[in-house]
Amino acid sequence: MHAFTLNGAAVALDLPEDATLLHALRGPAGLSGPRFGCGNEQCGACMVLVDGEPRTACTLSLAAVTGKAVVTVEGLGTPEAPHPLQSAFLAEQAGQCGYCLSGILVSAAALLAHNPQPEEAAIRIALEPHLCRCGSHNRILRAVARAARGDDSRAAREMA
Amino acid sequence: MGHRLPGNLNTNRRLSQWLAIHPEGRVTITSGKVELGQGILTTLSQIAAEELEVDLARIEARPASTPESPDEGVTSGSLSTQDSGGALRHACAAARAIFLGVVAQRVGVPIEAIRIEDGIFHGPAGPIGSYWALADQALLDCEAPEEARPRAPGERRIAGRSIPRIDLPDKVFGAARYVHDLRLPGMLHARVVRPPARRARLLALREGPLPGEAQVVRDGDFLAVLAATEWEAEAAAARLAARASWDATDTLPEQALLPDWLREAAGRGERSGIASRADPAPPVAQTLRRSFHRPYLAHASIAPSCAVARWEGETVEVFTHSQGPYNLRADLAKTLRCDPERITVRHREGAGCYGHNGADDVALDAVLAARAVPGRPVRLLWSRAEELGWSPFSPAMLVDVEADLDAEGSLIGWRSHIISNGHSSRPGRDPEPTLLSASMLAAPFPVKPSINPAMVAGGGAPRNAVPLYRIPAMSVETTRLLEMPIRTSALRGLGATINVWSIESVMDEAAALAGVDPLDYRLRHLDDPRAIAVLRRVADLAGWAGRSRREGSGMGIGFARYKNTGAWAAVIAEVEALDRVFCRRLWIAGDVGEAVNPDGVLNQYEGGAIHGASVALLEEVRFDRRSVTSDHWENYPILRFSEVPKVELALIDRPEAPFLGAGEASMAPTIAAIAGGITEALGIRPRQLPFTPDNLARA
Repeated sequence: MHAFTLNGAAVALDLPEDATLLHALRGPAGLSGPRFGCGNEQCGACMVLVDGEPRTACTLSLAAVTGKAVVTVEGLGTPEAPHPLQSAFLAEQAGQCGYCLSGILVSAAALLAHNPQPEEAAIRIALEPHLCRCGSHNRILRAVARAARGDDSRAAREMA
Repeated sequence: MGHRLPGNLNTNRRLSQWLAIHPEGRVTITSGKVELGQGILTTLSQIAAEELEVDLARIEARPASTPESPDEGVTSGSLSTQDSGGALRHACAAARAIFLGVVAQRVGVPIEAIRIEDGIFHGPAGPIGSYWALADQALLDCEAPEEARPRAPGERRIAGRSIPRIDLPDKVFGAARYVHDLRLPGMLHARVVRPPARRARLLALREGPLPGEAQVVRDGDFLAVLAATEWEAEAAAARLAARASWDATDTLPEQALLPDWLREAAGRGERSGIASRADPAPPVAQTLRRSFHRPYLAHASIAPSCAVARWEGETVEVFTHSQGPYNLRADLAKTLRCDPERITVRHREGAGCYGHNGADDVALDAVLAARAVPGRPVRLLWSRAEELGWSPFSPAMLVDVEADLDAEGSLIGWRSHIISNGHSSRPGRDPEPTLLSASMLAAPFPVKPSINPAMVAGGGAPRNAVPLYRIPAMSVETTRLLEMPIRTSALRGLGATINVWSIESVMDEAAALAGVDPLDYRLRHLDDPRAIAVLRRVADLAGWAGRSRREGSGMGIGFARYKNTGAWAAVIAEVEALDRVFCRRLWIAGDVGEAVNPDGVLNQYEGGAIHGASVALLEEVRFDRRSVTSDHWENYPILRFSEVPKVELALIDRPEAPFLGAGEASMAPTIAAIAGGITEALGIRPRQLPFTPDNLARA
């Protein structure tokens, strides 16, 4: 049995060694945010935070996260209480098919946690493990910068 | 069939096929076009809300499915706004008129005196009814009238605005929106075991236990496993692959000699004329003879293809991210040798789709696997290696051009020959199925060489091969190969990705010979005011006239009107040549006529341009004599965040002009512009895609 926290809640899962963290998250944990893209750490679609660090869930074993805190895109925010990044991605309309966004949001959240005011170059480096095929990159870069500036939370405060 | 109706309303003529009004204050619209990540459902919702005069939030765009949705063929060719948007605009305007007429008659108020506000009908003395109070589907159960009066451009309040995408919130919060996320009760997971080589035959399968008591499904050379969980299915597929022995032979050409193979196979191909004219022209002073080549290209979507299928008795239901539910249904029926009515195809979104990818193929795989477990839903997901290795590819191509110049350096003659496999093996169009695994069954179907769409539909290999420039004498021919070692089909732009580049490259070279700026040279050969407008606009945007030259950097320009009948795009690229070539900036001017959602149009233009930059600089399907070897991201690289160019866009909005699709307009001109930038930076003219150091060294 592997116990860890998932988006703030304690979970315990028992899966065979063949199963990865991504299998567990999309299977018994019932999440859909972490996406399968390649299964080989090459596209970033399955990125989650493990103790605050971005990790590709597609090759991570459950044993590797035992006792740790795992956060997926669902744990960043909800439509009712969005993460500033999620608000910023909507404000910038940063996406087309959106399949890459779960992973990108997670990596961007880790970046902003370490570096609240990143230069564009730092955002590009943080998102380098992620592939986007639709060509939404520039919108995504603008959205992360927007979240760092706090435009949307400021607007929300002013509206309140 | 009676009068001609707009878009696909002409072939799906009943209003009730397109929309329904519900008493609780909702409108459902049903298009046959599907969401591919391009935002079409938002655009169509805007059109419906505009014409019905209801708030956008009341519109629910239903995913297409058989047999309820209108049959709109395939979501392709940058035609959805025209074909489906045009139909919905007419249908919703007609529906509004029907409801207005009923209210006017009941209340005794002239129609002209009634205005609609969010679905409520107001007479001179106040509210007199609403769509919701009258909601009666029988009113819409009629053929669309010939006349409908869509709202005038100046009256539009919802169409023409950059409304946020209706699908994006789900994607930002990680909701279960994709077909990959479907979880049906009792669902099993399936994986395919692909042959180690193209056209390999399965000789033997050693018996033995499988993880999770996985079940094997075999039909000829089609081999799959079913298990209760994804990890068991994956582990079982790996175990089974090791137990399978195959008869494999060399069937693919030598990659290093691909241009030679294309030329040789063309000798056995089907040659046809595309355009021919011979107007009087001055004497020829000089002729340029140039050849251009591009490799096979992959779709390289971020998600592997996926489908869910469930058999119940003699019927099967399929959830799919196919571009054409009815076409897929037709090919599934041919493969299963059954009546199409026994199959229900329901669209669910997948990851970005840029053409005929593995979506249809995986749907058949799921149907075949699910047949072994009647009553149980089966989710079949391709691996990354299948996605990059077995989806249809955009064909390798060769273009030969001869361009005649007069004494002033103007272009007076153009002869070109385009050699390629066909650009379509889409399902639904041939008497036999084109789905991948149909050729692997115990009773197999043949793999026929791909075809090209007709020129009236934009053509395939010769798409955009006829220059829009004023050239008195012209002969454009194409040869479709009649052998197809690697299965080919439609990918964004089809042949335009090489044809526009070859035209624009020759234009650049001719301009240089004439001592004229490449922009001015193009303008000198253009009559179309909208073509001239996008070129001037992009030149302003990029500061083309006053640009300064920097060592190792260069700017280039590319222009096309997609299919010569669609949207206009002009692109300027700035490239930097280091250890390899990087595209640093792109400026793009576009014209799609009426832009229903201007931000959506810009998103499509930018996405297409970045796709083009990726194709220009990096992409090439690799193969040995037996199989495609570029089956993971490390050997099929696409553009990443670190090297994506900055993009500036300008849209020339023409609310009075018919709308044209935006998805494919910018890609080919971007490739051309990057090539031009390389010439300015390095003094060489690229002749082979991608523009890697190796290929540039051969230029």
